[in-house]
Amino acid sequence: MAHHELTYQPKSRMAKWWDERLPIARLMHGQFVDFPTPRNLNYMWTFGGILTVCLIVQIVTGIVLAMHYQPSAAEAFNSLQHIKRDVNYGWMIQSFHAVGASMFFVAVYLHIFRGLYYGSYKAPREVLWVLGVFIFLAMMATAFLGYALPWGQMSFWGVTVITNLFSSLNEIIPGMGTAIVEWLWGGYAVSGVTLNRFFSLHYLLPFVIFGLVVLHIWALHVAGQNNPTGLDVKAKSETVPMYPFAIAKDAVGMFAFFLVFAWFVFFMPDYLGHADNYTPANPLVTPPHIVPEWYFLPFYAILRAITFDIGPISSKLGGVIAMISAVVILLFVPWLDTSRVRSAKYRPLYKIAFWFFVFTCVALGWLGSKPAEQPYVFWSQFFTFAYFAFFLIAMPVLGLIETPKPLPKSITESVFGSGGGMPAGAAAAPEKR
Amino acid sequence: MASEAEDPNRRDFLVVAGNAFAAVGAASLIWPFVAQMNPDAGAKALASLEVDLAPIKEGQAITVLWRGKPVFIRNRTKEERDKAIADDKAVLQDPFARNLSLPDSTPATDADRVKAGHEQWLVLVGICTHLGCIPKGQSMSDTKGEFGGWFCPCHGSHYDTAGRIRKGPAPRNLDVPPYAFLSDSKIKIG
Repeated sequence: MAHHELTYQPKSRMAKWWDERLPIARLMHGQFVDFPTPRNLNYMWTFGGILTVCLIVQIVTGIVLAMHYQPSAAEAFNSLQHIKRDVNYGWMIQSFHAVGASMFFVAVYLHIFRGLYYGSYKAPREVLWVLGVFIFLAMMATAFLGYALPWGQMSFWGVTVITNLFSSLNEIIPGMGTAIVEWLWGGYAVSGVTLNRFFSLHYLLPFVIFGLVVLHIWALHVAGQNNPTGLDVKAKSETVPMYPFAIAKDAVGMFAFFLVFAWFVFFMPDYLGHADNYTPANPLVTPPHIVPEWYFLPFYAILRAITFDIGPISSKLGGVIAMISAVVILLFVPWLDTSRVRSAKYRPLYKIAFWFFVFTCVALGWLGSKPAEQPYVFWSQFFTFAYFAFFLIAMPVLGLIETPKPLPKSITESVFGSGGGMPAGAAAAPEKR
Repeated sequence: MASEAEDPNRRDFLVVAGNAFAAVGAASLIWPFVAQMNPDAGAKALASLEVDLAPIKEGQAITVLWRGKPVFIRNRTKEERDKAIADDKAVLQDPFARNLSLPDSTPATDADRVKAGHEQWLVLVGICTHLGCIPKGQSMSDTKGEFGGWFCPCHGSHYDTAGRIRKGPAPRNLDVPPYAFLSDSKIKIG
């Protein structure tokens, strides 16, 4: 994929002048116009483009919000109300940013599930996948830091609970956990000092994500896109140029996605938030039921599922290890899956395991929103086991015992049937180019 | 030109010395950027706080803010004290007193969690040792958990009437801050 035909022709004198000095137009044309995309991509492949736009929406709206927001314990809560009530179009821009965080995670979860289903992490796309996991980690950090900024009760206590996770390191080296937590807080409790640094880092991280996205796309354009069959592209006829074909399809997916986005922004902007966050932060009162935003609930359920000590590891440290492992395990997926077949389309057993894994994640999300009582604790433990079993048992073992369905010989065959060549009618438009 | 044959020669030495110099320089430059995030001088200044206990009737409790942390002060009833003393013999999740005025290895008896002569007064840092929430149990109407002390709603930790962890995920008893009685009805925390 790295070597494909380039059709860029600078036409104007200005374009030629630039092309000899900084050929950025040539680079963009080669990567986003001529770039060959498999002809059988389905709508699950539109989320890469959607995610790029999500990132841009968050950065643009975020820069605007920072112009009106006050990152101090005394002013933060009120300045948010000021943005929502007084600033021109502040209500809309703030909603885009808050809802945008949720929509970003909707898209990224679908994008990750797509990768898991079609085996997009397998050679030669391991680095592409690992970079994606780092983007996911950076997104989680950014979302967590950003949620602190409204400085409501959920902000304050969410920060308290999550930063306190580090205190479990005291069990490994006494005092280390406390030192780290106080370093993060800049004091002996969460305070305005903490809010200030969270604002600074919340502004920084999206640009780190942007850099990682550039590397992610670079890696994608070296290996080329996977496709629903998981087969390698064998001939130029199995691809279409990115523009207009893939771009047009992306635009349709994006339109549908942003329709849902806009529906939340304009009709139920607070639906994905918590009423408690409309109470100003109070360090003396903890809300009765602290829950993170919906996109962290599966991981929160895993944190709380470890209610028992494991040898010398207390339940507290055990929960933290389990929660961190739940994300970090994604880094190892390319090496945990032993199957040589990429797409779940041709892997009957893996397909069942995959859909059970999807169910597991949804179930953990629901359990994470429930109080830490029975029977929720039991089911959290059950699905935490299922979550790790998917990666540590299903992925390595199924690849060894499963008999895959017969693979088509090529993408062309999977699209046009086993007749081999092109049926006269189907070839029509694209092949004339 | 014999120096070329020497091993290690002067150039090797210069490379090692130069790199070591640069590494130490880089490390000493990074440290201020890390340390600036630690608690500042204002936060570190150990503020002490005097609290008048006279208005707190038996069975009541108040919360004061000390170093940004809530401190629970509870005037325990006779029953609550008796229950705490009886539970000294129970199996405790955390066997240590966690009293910052006493050595680390002090056992978690009720007597070692309070000041001699003032046994009805329990003074605790009101932060759950699990993940830092504020346990319920200060107000009369609060749920006080299965052991009649405090109950943390975040992840379900139950504390008894001496502030000891009895059930739930919290690893340690509630901390007893350093404090002293200035008179029978006045304490100084910190």
